[in-house]
Amino acid sequence: MEEHKTKPASSKAGPDVCPTKRKQLDFAAVKEQIEDTTGPEYWRSLEELAGSEEFQEMMHREFPKGASEWLDDFSRRGFLKTMGASLALAGLTGCTRMPDTEIVPYVRQPENVVPGRPKFYATAFTLGGYASPILVESHMFRPTKVEGNPQHPASLGGTDVYAQASILDLYDPDRAQNITYLGDVRSWNALTEALRGPMNAEKGMAGGGVRILTQTVTSPTLAGQIRDYIQANPMAKWHVYEPINRDNVVEGAKLAFGEPVETRYDLSKADVIVSLDADFLYAGFPGSARYTHDFAARRNPDANMNRLYVIESTPSSTGMKADHRLPMRAADLESFARALAVKVGANSGAVLLFGQQGKYSETISADLKNHHGSSAVIVGDHQPPAVHALAHAMNQSLGNVGKTVFYTEPVDANPVNRNESLRALVQDMRGGKVDVLLILGGNPVYDTPADSEFASTLESNAVGLKLYLGSHRNETAEYCQWHIPEAHYLESWSDARAYDGMVSIIQPLIEPLYGGRTAHEMIAVLSGQSGVTGHDQVQTYWQKQHPGTEFDAFWRKSLHDGFIEGTTYAAKNVSLKGGGAPASQSAAPAANAGSYEINFRRDPSVYDGRFSNNGWLQELPKPLTKLTWDNPIMIGPAMAERLKLNFKDVAELEFNGKKVKGAIWIQAGHPDNSITVFFGYGRTRAGRIGTGTGFDVYPLRSSQTPWFGSGAQLRPTGDTFQLASTQGYQTMETPDGSTRPLVQERSLEEYKKEPNFAKEDEPPAELTLYKAPHDYSKETYSWGMAIDLNACVGCNNCIVACQSENNIAVVGKEQTLKGRHMHWLRVDAYYNGPRDNPKGFFQPVPCMQCENAPCELVCPVQATLHSTEGLNDMVYNRCVGTRYCSNNCPYKVRRFNFLLFQDWETPQFKLMRNPDVTVRSRGVMEKCTYCVQRISERRIDAERDDTTIKEADLQTACQQSCPANAIVFGNLNDPNSQVNKWKAQPRNYSLLAELNTRPRTTYLAEVRNPNPELEESRA
Amino acid sequence: MATNTQIPVADRRVPVIAPGHTFSTITEKISNIVLKRPISLGWIFGFLIVFSMMNMLMVALGYLFFKGTGIWGINIPIGWGFAIVNFVWWIGIGHAGTLISAILALLRQTWRNSINRFAEAMTLFAVACAGIFPLAHTGRPWLAYWLFPYPNSMRYWPNFRSPLVWDVFAVSTYLTISLVFWFMGLIPDLATLRDRAENPWLQRIYGLLAMGWRGSARHWHRYETAYLLLAGLATPLVLSVHTVVSFDFAVGVVPGWHTTIFPPYFVAGAIYSGFAMVLCLAIPIRVIYRLQDFITERHLENAAKVMLATGLIVAYGYGMEAFMGWYSGSKTDSFLLWNRLHGPYRFWYLALLSCNIGIPQVLWLRKFRVSTGWLWLISFVVLVGMWLERFIIVVVSLSRDFLTSSWGMYYPTKWDWMTFFGTIGMFLTFMWLFVRVLPMISIFELRTLLPEAHAEEITEVKN
Repeated sequence: MEEHKTKPASSKAGPDVCPTKRKQLDFAAVKEQIEDTTGPEYWRSLEELAGSEEFQEMMHREFPKGASEWLDDFSRRGFLKTMGASLALAGLTGCTRMPDTEIVPYVRQPENVVPGRPKFYATAFTLGGYASPILVESHMFRPTKVEGNPQHPASLGGTDVYAQASILDLYDPDRAQNITYLGDVRSWNALTEALRGPMNAEKGMAGGGVRILTQTVTSPTLAGQIRDYIQANPMAKWHVYEPINRDNVVEGAKLAFGEPVETRYDLSKADVIVSLDADFLYAGFPGSARYTHDFAARRNPDANMNRLYVIESTPSSTGMKADHRLPMRAADLESFARALAVKVGANSGAVLLFGQQGKYSETISADLKNHHGSSAVIVGDHQPPAVHALAHAMNQSLGNVGKTVFYTEPVDANPVNRNESLRALVQDMRGGKVDVLLILGGNPVYDTPADSEFASTLESNAVGLKLYLGSHRNETAEYCQWHIPEAHYLESWSDARAYDGMVSIIQPLIEPLYGGRTAHEMIAVLSGQSGVTGHDQVQTYWQKQHPGTEFDAFWRKSLHDGFIEGTTYAAKNVSLKGGGAPASQSAAPAANAGSYEINFRRDPSVYDGRFSNNGWLQELPKPLTKLTWDNPIMIGPAMAERLKLNFKDVAELEFNGKKVKGAIWIQAGHPDNSITVFFGYGRTRAGRIGTGTGFDVYPLRSSQTPWFGSGAQLRPTGDTFQLASTQGYQTMETPDGSTRPLVQERSLEEYKKEPNFAKEDEPPAELTLYKAPHDYSKETYSWGMAIDLNACVGCNNCIVACQSENNIAVVGKEQTLKGRHMHWLRVDAYYNGPRDNPKGFFQPVPCMQCENAPCELVCPVQATLHSTEGLNDMVYNRCVGTRYCSNNCPYKVRRFNFLLFQDWETPQFKLMRNPDVTVRSRGVMEKCTYCVQRISERRIDAERDDTTIKEADLQTACQQSCPANAIVFGNLNDPNSQVNKWKAQPRNYSLLAELNTRPRTTYLAEVRNPNPELEESRA
Repeated sequence: MATNTQIPVADRRVPVIAPGHTFSTITEKISNIVLKRPISLGWIFGFLIVFSMMNMLMVALGYLFFKGTGIWGINIPIGWGFAIVNFVWWIGIGHAGTLISAILALLRQTWRNSINRFAEAMTLFAVACAGIFPLAHTGRPWLAYWLFPYPNSMRYWPNFRSPLVWDVFAVSTYLTISLVFWFMGLIPDLATLRDRAENPWLQRIYGLLAMGWRGSARHWHRYETAYLLLAGLATPLVLSVHTVVSFDFAVGVVPGWHTTIFPPYFVAGAIYSGFAMVLCLAIPIRVIYRLQDFITERHLENAAKVMLATGLIVAYGYGMEAFMGWYSGSKTDSFLLWNRLHGPYRFWYLALLSCNIGIPQVLWLRKFRVSTGWLWLISFVVLVGMWLERFIIVVVSLSRDFLTSSWGMYYPTKWDWMTFFGTIGMFLTFMWLFVRVLPMISIFELRTLLPEAHAEEITEVKN
C-alpha cells in the first residue's frame, strides 16, 4: 500500500468548460443546401458542414440531449460497437475530459512512479450508505481493480460483487458528460450563477422553499454540511429516500428499544444462527463481507462447527448454505417468529404451529436455548418491525446481547422513515411549497413506490427549480431542469461509515473523467460557497473533529489505512421497552383463492437498478438461477404445476391494481402460493447496457407493501420469453437415480465416522506406458489450488474479481443465450432432494490446471501447453481456434471468442483494463490462468531479491476477493503452504478423478451440521 | 488388365454391358455426350440452381471470415457443430470413389469399369467440399496453415500428438492420390476426345491434357503398371482416412467419442454413404444420358449389396456402443445411451436408427435392389442417416458430458444451413460441369468388357 496522493491524476487539466455559444445553425438552410447537391458534391458539402463552426455547435448542443440514441434498438453487442462511434461524437463536441496523456518520457521521474508497477490506494465504496472498505489498484493513475481492505474489520480482505464491479461504472461511456439545463450544455459557473438569485431569495425565507433529497447518508461530512445549511436556513428540509431501505429495521429497533439502534452481529462466536428471511451472506446486507468471513470460519467440521437455520420467503444463497432451511411465505414468518420467541421465553402468549413449522420451531428453540449466549437470531430487512422486535427480545433473553449481538448508534446519519420522508416531500411539492429541489444521487423517478406519485409530481410544474446530481442522464434527469453529472466515488472526496460505524475517507484516484461533481460541492453551492472543493470540505470537517497539531499525520494515516481509527461505534446498552411486540397488520394474509403473496427483493446483480448499466453485473449469473440480463417472476414448483406454467412462459402479474408482464422462473425451494419479483430492471433510460432489460416491478410496489403483500394475481399469457441462464441443468442426479459425485456432501456425523468419504481413487501413476512428462517436485514452484465447498457461500465475488483482473469480455444476452458467456470462473449451483425444499450446493469452477490435461493433447498447434510449474498455459498468439481443447475439456472451463467480444475501440475501456493481461481478439480460446500475471510479477520481485515467492505475497484474484476465504492458492512444493495443508485434509477430492486428469485444483467436500432431530423428521 | 476376366456372355446374371455394343458404339456413345450433344435447357436450368447454391456457399464463407465462427450455432460446450459434421460426412462420401477404383480393381471386379470414373470424380469433389470445413471452422482461418509442419522462424512445429494434425496429413494425402489416380485414368480417354474433337480449341485443350498419349503398346504397358501401383497405394488410404478422422473423436475423453470401435465403424459408414451417393448420382444420370446399356441393373444391384453389407457393419457398431454403455459400468457411458434415447435429441437418434438400420434392410429383397426408384430413395435415406450419425456423434455427445452444469443445446443458424447446402451446391456444380466436359464413363476400360476384347481368349478356349 502506498501513500495517498492528493492529486493522483495528471496535474494539467484538460479542457474543462465547453466553448461558449455560437451562432445557431439554421437547419432548414442546411437541408436546402444539401438537397441541391448530388454525387460527390453532396458528400463534399456534408463534409464541409461537419467542419463548420455551426455544425460543431449543433453537435455540441444536440449530443447530450440525444436521449433518442439510448432508446435505439441496439443489440447488446451492437452496443460495444456503437460505443466507439458515440465517443467519436463526444470527441467532436470537445466536452469530454480524458486524462491527459504524456507523450514524452519524464525528464524527471516523479517519486514512487514506476511504469508497470501498480500502486494501491485505500478508499471506500458505498451501497445503501454503508461503506465497503477497499484498496484500489492503480496503474499509472488509472484505477483498474478493486480489492478488499485487509486491515479494515468490515472487510478483512473480502469484498462484494458491487464493489468489485464498480470499477466498470467509473469508465462507463454512458455516464453523463455535461452539466445541462433543459438539455443544453452549461458550465459550472452558469449553474452557480443561475442558483445565486433563487438561493438569495430563499435566504430571506429561511430556506423555506428548499428541499434536499438524498439517498442514505452515512458521510459525517455531508451530513454535517446539510445540517449546517439547515441550521442557517431552518425552514429548509432534508428528505431521504432509498428504495432498498431499512425502514423495518429502524422501526423494529424503535419498537423494541424506543430508539433506532443499529444491530451488529459477531458470528464468529455464534454456534447457532437463525436467520428469519435474512440473506446476510450476500452483498447488500450491511456487513455481509465480514459476516461471510466469520460464518465461513466457523464451518470447519474439524473445529467447533456452527449450525445455520434459515427460514425464508425467497430462496437465497444464504438459505442454500443452511443446515436446515424452511421455505415459508413472508407473512407467515411473523407467527413463526412469535412461536420461537414464546418458546425461548422472550414473549408471552401461545401460538399454535402445526406440522413442519411446529416441528421446526420446537427444535430450533430448543437448540437456541442450548446455546445460551452463543447464538444469534438475524432478521431480514424486509420483515415487518414486529419480527425485528421479536428477534431483539429473543437475543436478549438468550443472553446473546454483548456476546454475539451488539447494539450501536445508527450508522445512518438521518434515520428517518424513508417512505414517510418521501411522502412529506411529495406533499410539499404538491402544495407548491418547494421552490428549489436538489436531488443528490439516486433515481427517485424510477424507484419510488407508485402510490407516492413522486414522478408525476416532479414532472408537473409544482416545483420551481429542480436540480439533479446523477451519474447518468436517467429517468430522473429527464424530469429536472438542471442535471449535474455526479462524480464516481473513485473521482471524489468524501467519507462514509461501514456497518460498524468505522469511518473511511473516500479519496479519488483519478480526476473526474467527465467533470463530475460531488454532493459536497452541491451543498456548498447551495450555501453560497462556490469554489470549495470536496477535499476541503472533508478535510475541514475532520480537522474540526481532530483539532491539534498532529492533524497532518492523522490525516495521512487515515488516508493510508483506509479508515479512521477510533470511529467504530461502541456497543450501546439498551433495554427492551417490555410489553412484547405487537402483531403487525400485515400478519394476516388474505386467504382468497387464486391470489398469492408477492415478495419484492433487491436483485442479486443490479441491486435496485443503479447497476443496470454495468455489463459485468448484468451478465453476472445470479446465485441461484444463474440468470443473466433479466429478472423473472419467481414461483415454486408446486404452484407452477397448478398454474401449468413452465420456465420462460410469460405471465401477467397483477398487484395493487397494477399489471406487469414477465417470464416465469420456477425456483426449487420457493414457498408455495408465493411469488418473488426483483427490482432494478425495465429501466427506460439506463444507458445502452441497461435500457430495456427485464421488466419494472416498482409500479407494483406501494408504500404500504414495500416488501411483500398478499392478493397478487398471476395469469399465464401464452407467450414465451427467452431467459438467458448460464446453467441449464442444476441437478446432479442421473436417470438411474444415482447422484453424480460432483459436489460431495455428508453430515457432520457421517464425516466423523468416515472423514475421507469424498476421496476417489485416481488411477495409479504407474498404470501408463508413458513416462510422466515432467517431475514437478524438483521445481521451485508447483502451483495448486484448493476450494473449500463448505466455506463457499456462492456470493459470486470471485466471478467479478476474475472478470476485472483478467479483462474478460461482456458478450450480451443474445450470446449468453447461445452459451457463449466468457467467465473464466463460474460458480455452479446444484440442487438435490425434494423440489419444494432441496439442498443447495455451490461449486466454483476455475480451470483445474490438470497435470494430464486433455486439452493439451489435442491442440493441433501447441497453443496450450504445460509450464514447468504445472500451469496449463494458453498461448493466445498461437491459437488458431479449432475449439478441440474445449470439446475435450471435461470441466468445460474453456471460453472461446466466437466473435470479436472484446471492445477494442472505446477509449474508456482501454483505460480500465489490466495492462498485465492480454486483451483477446476473436477466434482464440481463453481460460483461467491461475492469474499467471500475478505469479510472474511476484517471481520477478523474488528473483530480484534472491529469494522465493512468499505465500502471503501471492494471491489469485478470486482468492483475494473471497470474503469466506474459501479459496487457497499456493506452492505445492512448499511443505508448509496452506494449500498443502488443505490438500492433506481428508475432505480433499478431485473433480472427475476417474478420468486421471490429475487436476491441480481440488475441492474440500461439503459437510453440513444438521440437527439430528430434524434430520429424522426429514427422512 | 482384365486378362482373365470372365466372359460376359457366359454369365447368367444381368450383364455389365448390354448386348449389341461394339468398340465404336461405346466410344461414340460416351464421347458424343461431351463432344456432340447440345447443351440442353434442362442442363442450363439445373446448373443455374446448383451454381447459385455454390454462390450461397461463397456468401456464407465470406461472412464467416468477416465476422467469425460466432455466426454459427456452436457454443461452449458444443464447440463443433455443422462444420465438423459436414466434414466427416463429405469425407465419408469421398470413400466410394477410391474404393471402387482401387480395391475393386485389385479384386478384379470388372463391373466397376462403368462407374469408377464418375465415382472418382465424385470422390474428388466430395473431398474438396470436405476440405473447406477444417479451414472454415477455425477461429482464425488466416492462420490455419500453422497446422502444416513447415519450417518457420518461430521454430515451432504443430502438435504431432493431435488427431487434427493427423487429419491434415490423411486428408491431403488422400486428395492428392485420388486426384492423380483420377487424372491418370483419364489420359487414354482424353486422347480419344482429342482425336474425335472437331473444334481446334477443344483439340488443343484435350491434347494438352492427354499428355501426348498415342496408345502405343509401350504406353499401355506403362499405364497398366502405374495404375496398378497407384491402386495399391490408394487401397490403404481408403481405410486410413476415415480411421484417422475417427481418431478426432476416439482420442477425446468425451463420452460418445472415447471408444475403440470408431475406426472400423467409421470406415464402414464411409463406404456406406459413399455407395449411397454413387447410386444417388448414377440412377438419374444413366437415365438422362441414356447410359442404361453401360450402367446396368447389375451395377445397381452390386452397389446395393455393398450398401447392405456396410450398413450391417454400421448397425453392429451401434449395437456395440450400446452394449459398452451398459457393460462398462461407467455412469457417463450408460447415461450416454439414455440421453440418446430420451434426451432432447431423441427424435434425431431414432431417425438415425431408422435411416441407417431400419429402412435399408429392404435391400435384402431383390425387388428393391433392382428397382431404380426404390434404390434411389433408399440411397438418399442412407445419406441422410449418415449425416445424422455424424450429428449425433459430434453434437449430441458434446451437448451433455461430465458436468451437468455445463450441458448445452445446439441450434444451427441460417449460416450453418447455408454453408451445408452451399457445399452440396458446389459438389453438384462440379458434377454438372464434369458430365459435360469429361467422359463420365471410362471408355477404354468399358471396351475391355466387350467380347471382342477377349477374342484371343475365346479362340484359346475353343482350341
